[in-house]
Amino acid sequence: MSDHDHSHDQGFLRKYVFSIDHKVIGVQYAVTALVFLFFGFCLMMMMRWQLAYPGQSMPVLGELLPSLFGKEWAETNMGGGVMSPDLYNSLGAMHGTIMIFLGVVPLIVGGFGNYVMPLQIGAPDMSFPKLNMMSYWVYFMGGMIMLASFFAPGGAANSGWTSYAPLSVTATQGQTWWLVGMIFLITSSLLGSVNFIVTIFHLRAKGMTMFRMPFFVWAQLVTAFLLLLAFPPLEAAGALQLMDRVAGTSFFMPQGLVVSGVVQEYAGGGSPLLWQHLFWFLAHPEVYVLILPAFGIITEIIAANTRKPIWGYRTMVYSVVFLGFTSFIVWAHHMFITGMGTSISAFFATTTMIISIPSVILLTCLLITLYRGSIRFNTAMLFALSFLPMFAIGGLTGLPLGLPASDIALHDTYYIIGHFHYVVAPGTIFAAFAGVYFWFPKVTGRMMSETLGKLHWITSLIAINVVFMPMFFQGLAGISRRLYDQRLYSWGDAMQGWTVVSSWGAWALGLAQIFFILNFFLSIKFGRKASANPWDATTLEWSAPSPPPHGNFAKVPTVHREPYEYSVPGMSKDYFPQNVSEA
Amino acid sequence: MSAGVLPYTVEPHPVTGLYSGKLGTWLFLASEVMLFGGLFSAYILLRVGAPEGTWPTHEEAHLSWKIGGFNTLLLIISSVTMVMAWANLKMNNFPKARMYLIVTVILASLFLTLKISLEYYPHWHDGLKPSTNVFFGLYYTLTALHGLHIFGGIVVMLYFIGPGAGLWKTNPEYYTNRIECTGLYWHFVDLVWIFLFPILYLMN
Repeated sequence: MSDHDHSHDQGFLRKYVFSIDHKVIGVQYAVTALVFLFFGFCLMMMMRWQLAYPGQSMPVLGELLPSLFGKEWAETNMGGGVMSPDLYNSLGAMHGTIMIFLGVVPLIVGGFGNYVMPLQIGAPDMSFPKLNMMSYWVYFMGGMIMLASFFAPGGAANSGWTSYAPLSVTATQGQTWWLVGMIFLITSSLLGSVNFIVTIFHLRAKGMTMFRMPFFVWAQLVTAFLLLLAFPPLEAAGALQLMDRVAGTSFFMPQGLVVSGVVQEYAGGGSPLLWQHLFWFLAHPEVYVLILPAFGIITEIIAANTRKPIWGYRTMVYSVVFLGFTSFIVWAHHMFITGMGTSISAFFATTTMIISIPSVILLTCLLITLYRGSIRFNTAMLFALSFLPMFAIGGLTGLPLGLPASDIALHDTYYIIGHFHYVVAPGTIFAAFAGVYFWFPKVTGRMMSETLGKLHWITSLIAINVVFMPMFFQGLAGISRRLYDQRLYSWGDAMQGWTVVSSWGAWALGLAQIFFILNFFLSIKFGRKASANPWDATTLEWSAPSPPPHGNFAKVPTVHREPYEYSVPGMSKDYFPQNVSEA
Repeated sequence: MSAGVLPYTVEPHPVTGLYSGKLGTWLFLASEVMLFGGLFSAYILLRVGAPEGTWPTHEEAHLSWKIGGFNTLLLIISSVTMVMAWANLKMNNFPKARMYLIVTVILASLFLTLKISLEYYPHWHDGLKPSTNVFFGLYYTLTALHGLHIFGGIVVMLYFIGPGAGLWKTNPEYYTNRIECTGLYWHFVDLVWIFLFPILYLMN
């Protein structure tokens, strides 16, 4: 952009709030996303109380929330400090929405992608700096709309994060807010993905060929394509649902629908299944949006901390591209029980089995990289190492869900919850933590505390398994994921003990995050000063100063070799940075 | 590169052969294809799934191919004038380019005016609303979304006719590129209408 060359002494607003520097925007994304992640997690900790101790008054919050939001709110939502079923549904829907669209994706794509990717390819900034700023602020507005929806009449959206019609069409006003918020979030990720792709194609430093790009950049590139092409159909679906709710159309409303004994005033002729198809056409690629950048982060950390080149770098690149393509043709494995017909089910079961192959390749390459490496067990590496088995559990428990026969039994039980949380929570979120510990010195110029970091790691790892492992047993016992009080059913009552265990795990996990929060803020202020390359890593971001100045590199870097040249025989040092010419 | 002018804002990248803005526009249009693709899929699915005899006949749809056809013609001409604007910038003739941009805006505004005054308003008045049946729901949603795109195009063109025109003096090549990108978008919006016209006006 012509007006990109603004001076360095700009006002506070221009520099930190409405900044067009990719690094500031990356930090804005990451911090906002971390706050949303914590907020979404708090919603879940409240739900866990209701699940573990149904009908008992919530400690502290049972009194605090009514006094905060007034008597009227308390009577409908929290009579006697017990959350109402409607509030429970709202919290569930908003937990999913916030964690995915406002937490994880903005953190690993908007945050890490924005900050690290241009540095890794040796670019001075993103291709469209103003657009970059806009995508952050559109995301921020979307987040505010989602938060405001809690105060809409009838509370926030309560039809699950999937907003299945016709339930969502007849739901309270919060659903309309949800749809409007989603349109903002989709627009934001659309602007972001265009920017990412153009930057990766156009702004690579001299010598940075595609196969010299760090794997993280490849992961971001494929992710950007998924966001670009998968999100618009959800925007279309959202627009149609908005019309159903606001203008009284009947795209998703079948003829003669009866809700609570009342015939609905819709012309009919719509198809509830249409919503599911449009939704999952986005939401399955979305699963890979959640996991691919995580793989990217983990790869960088494992390479730097095993002091070895990544085993099968090219294989990993081909796998991630193949994953990207295939993720567009597996969506209906979320819909086996809708009665689509056996031949369609067979098709999607087949593609689902196929897509597991590149995922396993990625994991295997990383596992083999560890073999005979001289591993440094710092906090970032510990999180990265625990990602591998945790993701493996999440991935392998997904296989029975990809086959119609077993899926029919497991669908909508706690087994599903266990499965995808293993992928996203101790998977992606652990990768995000690893990324924070790894790149924190680059962003702030200071190291994080290893002691607090390791405490954070071990407590989180134990607690998170206590939360999610019991869910597999509960799911196999047939307990539905939607229940407000599972003791109403005999088989649920028999498994109530596991629910209590899981809940205590969740609260312990909440407490474990105190180590992280303390570490994060204390290290900004008191952390040990970091050099430009504290991990002795090879990729370009470590050749810039910590923190990098506006414009990133003092001298435009030239790239001479592939990204992970560690322990090259005959070298004096055990790493050979990409920008250093032959010694 | 702390001086900070990003490369490839004006000159094409040697590998992609495009300047950044044009690549960005093509990517944006790819996502637009998916957006309208989603809606067209919805149209197909709902129409195929409609019970026998519930899809409106040509008479029941109350959509005149004459008005629709005339609007199609307007948009096609506006695409031509859009190209003329860009071509004149390439030939360094700014006043003529500006005139063609103004004509494009007028044609686009005429399209919207006819759409609203001869179709939306009388239909609504006759009780043909989005809630009437699935066909009218689709008709209003698709054409309104397309209309929003037209409106967006008008805003962008007005910007380049008025406040944005100063760029021509400081960086004519950059200005020409922006008009080219606007043109790409405009042709796409046209193309969407070329698909909308038959499925809504002719195929009942």
